[in-house]
Amino acid sequence: MNLIPLFFMSILSENIILNKFLGICPFMGVSNKEKSAISMGISVTFVVLCSSILTFLINKYVLIPTDTVYLQTLMFILIISTFVQLVEIILKKYSKSLYNLLGIYLPLITTNCAVLGIVLINIRSNYTLPESIVYALGSSIGFTLVIYLFSLMRVRMDKSPIISSFKGYPIALIAAGIMALIFSRFVGV
Amino acid sequence: MKKKFNLFNWLFDGNPLFSMLLGMCTTLAITTTFENGFVMGLSVTVVLLFSSIIVSLISKYISDELRIPSYIIVIATFVTVLEVLLRKYSIPVYEALGVYLPLITVNCIIMGRVLSFASKNKVGASILDSLKCGIQYTFAIVLLASIREILGNNSLTIIDNLSGLLGFKLSFNIFPSSIFVPSNIFLTSAGAFITLGILLGILNSIRNRGDSK
Repeated sequence: MNLIPLFFMSILSENIILNKFLGICPFMGVSNKEKSAISMGISVTFVVLCSSILTFLINKYVLIPTDTVYLQTLMFILIISTFVQLVEIILKKYSKSLYNLLGIYLPLITTNCAVLGIVLINIRSNYTLPESIVYALGSSIGFTLVIYLFSLMRVRMDKSPIISSFKGYPIALIAAGIMALIFSRFVGV
Repeated sequence: MKKKFNLFNWLFDGNPLFSMLLGMCTTLAITTTFENGFVMGLSVTVVLLFSSIIVSLISKYISDELRIPSYIIVIATFVTVLEVLLRKYSIPVYEALGVYLPLITVNCIIMGRVLSFASKNKVGASILDSLKCGIQYTFAIVLLASIREILGNNSLTIIDNLSGLLGFKLSFNIFPSSIFVPSNIFLTSAGAFITLGILLGILNSIRNRGDSK
């Protein structure tokens, strides 16, 4: 598959949140403030990129030769959680400002379905290493884009007159649905 | 005064999906047919039950810093067992659940219940709690799946992928096609968000009316 169509497909028409439903918890939980939405996006991008390279190599050179592919889930979640811990320690030591920016969101990434989801989709679609990197990058940019746009919409929604039973999550879900409709029309861009 | 057992309240109070919006990723993706919803609900219940038992047994011996990583490994182990079993006994179900089956590992319901309840309580209480939570979740996911399948496809598939195991198929149409035209949008991702949003709104308004009485 060509890398450029794959890149745009993973950002727009097959957006990780709106089309694959991954990473909805931070999408609903965090996206109240635009700044935290961006920080979350950056940390997810970083972890996704690194862990998809690492899991690709481990899958190809450890799991497949030893015929233990059924251990994928266990192995990958282990890699991701170790990686998150590692990033946290390194950032704490060498870049205090970046650590303070991402700080609270880092531990949350371990249980973010988007990370494990992207890694698993990469492996299951039999992507090559460049394709996996492009897909991981595109998906995390798509994640950041949607979570940022949505945080702006949430600010407007808080001020609008909405029936009390639909306030909060219900209206947010409906808005996300409309957004998903729009994004699904980007097929072929 | 003895409180009367109310099935409606038991199913909806503290429902992980309807009141806390946990475990959304798997929920929205898989609820295209009744059967998929039911199988997913059952899988989550089973994994939750076994993880709760193990965690409530070992939580005394685990230090605070290692809590989340070690619990995740317990959960991932049971998910792997489930994956291997499903692949052995029913390939169609395994393929229908796809990437969302291993994603049960990071389902917030399981992590949430294990962290907030099983790690602080004894085995018996944890079993009861996880069963209740699992049944509530299964009920919610099946409800959502039925609504989406009826509106999107005018049918209710109860047994299709499982037919290899059970030996028969069971699915039927709800409305005669002359009066009801299904709309495909409910089976797309947008339909999933909108259906759950409207369902939550309706449930909230029922709850509010009950409170104000």
